[in-house]
Amino acid sequence: MTVELGHFALVLALAVACWQMLVPLYGAWTNNAVLMQQGRMAAVTQLALIALSFLALTNAYLVSDFSVVNVADNSHSAKPLIYKISGVWGNHEGSMLLWVLILALFGAAVAVFGTHLPASLRARVLAVQASIGVAFLAFILLASNPFLRLAKPPIEGNGLNPILQDPALAFHPPFLYAGYVGLSISFSFAVAALLEGKVDAAWARWVRPWTLLSWAMLTLGIAMGSWWAYYELGWGGFWFWDPVENASFMPWLISTALLHSAIVVEKRGALKIWTILLSILAFSLSLVGTFLVRSGILTSVHAFAVDPERGFYILMILAFFVGGSLALFAARAPALKAGGLFAPVSREGGLVMNNLLLCAACAAVFIGTLYPLALESITGDKISVGAPYFNLTFGPIILPLLLLMPIGPLLTWKRVDLSVLTRRIWIPLALAAVATLAVLIATQRGPWLAPVAVAIGAWTVFGSFKDIAQRINLGHAPAATAWARYKGLPLSAHGAALAHAGMGVIVIGVVLLSVWKEEHIVTMKPGDTVDVAHYSVKFIGEEPLKGANYDGLQGRFLVKLGDREVANIVSEKRIFKPSNMPTTEVGLVQGFFGDLYIVLGDDAGGGARNVRASYNPMATWIWLGATIMFVGGFLSLSDRRLRIGVPQKAVKAALEAGE
Amino acid sequence: MTRKQNRLAIILASLAVLSIAAGLVLYAIRDTIVFFYTPSEITEKKLSSGTRIRLGGLVENGSVTKSGTTTVFLVTDKIDNILVTYNGQLPDLFREGQGIVAEGKLTTDGMMTADTVLAKHDENYMPKDVADKLKEKGVWQEGEKTQ
Repeated sequence: MTVELGHFALVLALAVACWQMLVPLYGAWTNNAVLMQQGRMAAVTQLALIALSFLALTNAYLVSDFSVVNVADNSHSAKPLIYKISGVWGNHEGSMLLWVLILALFGAAVAVFGTHLPASLRARVLAVQASIGVAFLAFILLASNPFLRLAKPPIEGNGLNPILQDPALAFHPPFLYAGYVGLSISFSFAVAALLEGKVDAAWARWVRPWTLLSWAMLTLGIAMGSWWAYYELGWGGFWFWDPVENASFMPWLISTALLHSAIVVEKRGALKIWTILLSILAFSLSLVGTFLVRSGILTSVHAFAVDPERGFYILMILAFFVGGSLALFAARAPALKAGGLFAPVSREGGLVMNNLLLCAACAAVFIGTLYPLALESITGDKISVGAPYFNLTFGPIILPLLLLMPIGPLLTWKRVDLSVLTRRIWIPLALAAVATLAVLIATQRGPWLAPVAVAIGAWTVFGSFKDIAQRINLGHAPAATAWARYKGLPLSAHGAALAHAGMGVIVIGVVLLSVWKEEHIVTMKPGDTVDVAHYSVKFIGEEPLKGANYDGLQGRFLVKLGDREVANIVSEKRIFKPSNMPTTEVGLVQGFFGDLYIVLGDDAGGGARNVRASYNPMATWIWLGATIMFVGGFLSLSDRRLRIGVPQKAVKAALEAGE
Repeated sequence: MTRKQNRLAIILASLAVLSIAAGLVLYAIRDTIVFFYTPSEITEKKLSSGTRIRLGGLVENGSVTKSGTTTVFLVTDKIDNILVTYNGQLPDLFREGQGIVAEGKLTTDGMMTADTVLAKHDENYMPKDVADKLKEKGVWQEGEKTQ
């Protein structure tokens, strides 16, 4: 019964979304305040209905209702509770439902929190947001219905793909979706602004927090996915330039550019047209990503059932929204008034450079991701574009961005006095040089890329905090004054510094891991020892293993540093029921400066086993950096909300008091 | 600085960045892509040794021999087969009869030295590339499962 209720709620949600799409838009057209107001109520109702529908499906998973096709195909009664829940979005239909849930959540958030928006802009934003909802709700109901019943329910379900049964992956899709579906808000704001024919500083101030929120979520979502790939897939890598990964990375690159260009619109009134275009592109790439992942045209660990009809439907949605918004852009953008002037070397110029490089990097990723698909559909040749392509294109494009990143915040608006700038950057440059020298001395004759990466990373990290040091006049003013100023700094200053510094930490982690990694593939008998970096790893032995929904084998290792025992490592091979699918549980000991990573291979005969043992230096820094960026994003966000909300209320109160 | 000069500066900078990016992409596309073949296509196309390729097909039943961490096996598309040598850890899903993708170089004696072996799979426990090629060759049976 609840399943039918969920289905019905989804149909109602579609009806409400149609209302939300048409009525406020007509209201804004005819300047009718009552009709414009309809959008807010509809947005909240739509969210409630989709949430109800989502809960109904979740309930079907919790009680293991195998009369529902979706549950029977993807769940199993013996599965742990957390994976029954995450199983809801571990398949095509359920994940599309999560997609529209998050879409509606963002729409409702604008309706509820956007009290200070002009009524007509809000009405249009909600209408555009609803139009995306209509397209995807119709897609779910027509081509990916999660509520279909089975005539003859099986006694037991098929189970969730075991490699997806993992805590990091359970929460990876919600964060990722919150990120790239969240970009729909920037898109709706952009289209609404084109319809209104007005883009000003206020518009940028409204759109920026939403972009920032999506960006922070996307950052965390991508990091979780890569963390999962690192320890669950057991290949020892963390990023494979797999099309599915690129699908989430492209919107990240463009939304990063958008975050920066929106600052220029807000502060200087320049780059308006460009910012509108970026908002459209960011969400278009989210749609491209949805198409790549959900149409099943890709070979990847994420590939679920392949259904060309679905792919075609999503392609139509993609064509409509991208084509429609770009056509509107072409028609309306020239009418937008151009903003302030600036010299090439200025804060604005720096942000333009940031945008150019990010977009070029995104274009390189885009071509590398879609070229094989295009070539295959035209000539039938199958090719693979792998890491070498991306290292060769993405690397050189992103390098100048990293070098310029710490300088950006130190530039002044409009024009820059170069002598002042050079005086400002010498301290971080000197600190970076010291760090690089330390690495050079410590690792003589090591790979040349290591000190280079440390130089870039340290420059980025130290440089990021130079802006803060500058603003509190550190070293010139008395300590007490500096501290008082530090406390008075807006949170967004800390946020920006952290986000930039996080990037530097990631660079150090990524490059040092790839050049310093040490890997041994050996055949070991119990009692054998292998030396990995400065550790010695002893194979104790193996024993059978029995879990809730798997059987398997457990290998035990003792790790010594000199004569001192430092860790016990357990590495497993599991065979999951009912699919008989084998998986690897990596034996992992993490450290701040490096991880020990042990994977059991196959039986080598005679009681011996093949073992891959590696030392992954600085691996933790990759996810540490991403987390720092996420925190930076949230710090900026909390600051924005205050700055937008408070003055508005204060002005209102002052006006009321005056009356 | 006038509005015109301002715009010119932006356009010139964009052109510079974009042309560098385009150059890199064109260079990389030519040099780094790897073509995907099945064993019979390798024989047909007479590929020269040293060529880096992706090979897709089924692991021939009874062909797998291991010594230490090195594995030697035949990959077949039921028309032709090719001997693959791989030193390293095999994926969990590697077994006889299983569809796999191996990436590596062709050697002078018509064999292949792989540095990567993948056994990614869809719901049919078969990589999509391999399934497509096998369908093309007419050796695919619907519902074929290796488990």
